[in-house]
Amino acid sequence: MTDLTDAFVELIRRAATQLPADMQRALSEAKGREEPGSAAEGALDTILQNVELARANSTPICQDTGTPIFDVYYPVGVSTRRLAEQIRAACAIATERAYLRPNAVDSLTGQNSGDNTGIDFPTLHFHEWDEDGIKVDLLLKGGGCENVSTQYKLPNSELGAGRDLEGVRRVVLDAVNRAQGLGCAPGVLGVAVGGDRGSSYVKSKQQLLRPLDDTNPEPELAALEDRLLDEGNELGIGPMGFGGETTLLGVKVSTLHRLPASYFVSVAYMCWANRRATMRVVGEEVSYA
Amino acid sequence: MRELTVPISEDAIRELTAGEPVRLNGVIATGRDAAHKYMIDNFVKTGGQPPAAEAEIYAALRDVLAGGVIYHCGPVVQQAGGRWSFVAAGPTTSIREEPYQAEVIEHFGLRAVIGKGGMGPKTLAACQQHGAVYLHAIGGAASLIAQSVTEVLAVHKLEFGVPEAFWIIRVQDFPAVVTMDSHGTSLHQQMMEQSSARLAALLAR
Repeated sequence: MTDLTDAFVELIRRAATQLPADMQRALSEAKGREEPGSAAEGALDTILQNVELARANSTPICQDTGTPIFDVYYPVGVSTRRLAEQIRAACAIATERAYLRPNAVDSLTGQNSGDNTGIDFPTLHFHEWDEDGIKVDLLLKGGGCENVSTQYKLPNSELGAGRDLEGVRRVVLDAVNRAQGLGCAPGVLGVAVGGDRGSSYVKSKQQLLRPLDDTNPEPELAALEDRLLDEGNELGIGPMGFGGETTLLGVKVSTLHRLPASYFVSVAYMCWANRRATMRVVGEEVSYA
Repeated sequence: MRELTVPISEDAIRELTAGEPVRLNGVIATGRDAAHKYMIDNFVKTGGQPPAAEAEIYAALRDVLAGGVIYHCGPVVQQAGGRWSFVAAGPTTSIREEPYQAEVIEHFGLRAVIGKGGMGPKTLAACQQHGAVYLHAIGGAASLIAQSVTEVLAVHKLEFGVPEAFWIIRVQDFPAVVTMDSHGTSLHQQMMEQSSARLAALLAR
């Protein structure tokens, strides 16, 4: 197998410096909905200028380049151990080139490793698949929005949330209200219903990789996503928590099987800088999206 | 648009009201989680008598922070030919400094704190009592804000790591909005009350 280190560096550069087109479009549309001259409109204008500048200069959109989360799909016979080594090497190179901020801190000593590698850092998920080539999804998940991500255990009597989709609706709206502007609104929500605490959080983050304009194949969930997007925006928190029409740019919900005893709802809050990029490797050919 | 130049006078701060956009000029310091804990442990708790090893940094920080500004920011930096520059430098979430900020404002005579997301009642009270404001920068607008950082003058405590070090920087036309003023108004508190009422209405449907 070819060494993909350089290709991973390019994947990181793209994710850190180029906001996906669907996110940029949604921000642009959101700006049009805000009152001219309002703080909300000003915030979105600044954000959009920054997005253009980052792309033009190949500099990070946000200084918090987050936790790099790699989802790697590979065919039978590929060494995931080698891929992991190449990804870690690429993170170090990308840090040297200032695409990434040194973000990996030893939880025991407080030492920053300086190169974005450490114990279980970056985050790697490997999935074997039937196709010939390799696909890698990269999500850069910032810390501010990670801190307002949360998990509920239903039933929740305080919010009147039972073990059904109405209960899910209630806790998700609560999460958006608690987040205020702290997660760099307008945000995108990845929601997972079910699973255990760990699998539920992982699934909620994976929802953030979905394009904003996709439609959930499950009609009940599609309806919930639309409703949560509208109602989340009715909270009026607005860009940066300045007040305004747009608090959320998207809501994506998925489910996992759960234990009879447990009903978790995980809410992954992603800032407006929903930095995701995809790389495909077929034979010697590498392409990005 | 109001212009603020460091060092900022108490009078200039008292004229500001929540909601007002400002442009900031002069020399400021970055400082976030590790920096705030360090300042409390070494400067505030010692009553301004830091351990000998920290005395030089204390003197340097006092110069910058008296009438000055602290910026909650962990930048992306680059070093070329021995000189540092800021590549990306948006604000980090300020509420994590809530346990420390009021005492730091009082100790150094800070006039402004820049960050995002706002701060709590303790900081708001300190702003009112000592004449300071909270300035909200646009979260994530890191490449753009880095352009208003014209010079990196010094770095202290780099051993905390690049994001957590004190970076002493010169800024020009740094854009921000006053969201907590020195008269007891916090737009963040108002927004929380307003959106919580709307949430209650939505949950009653």
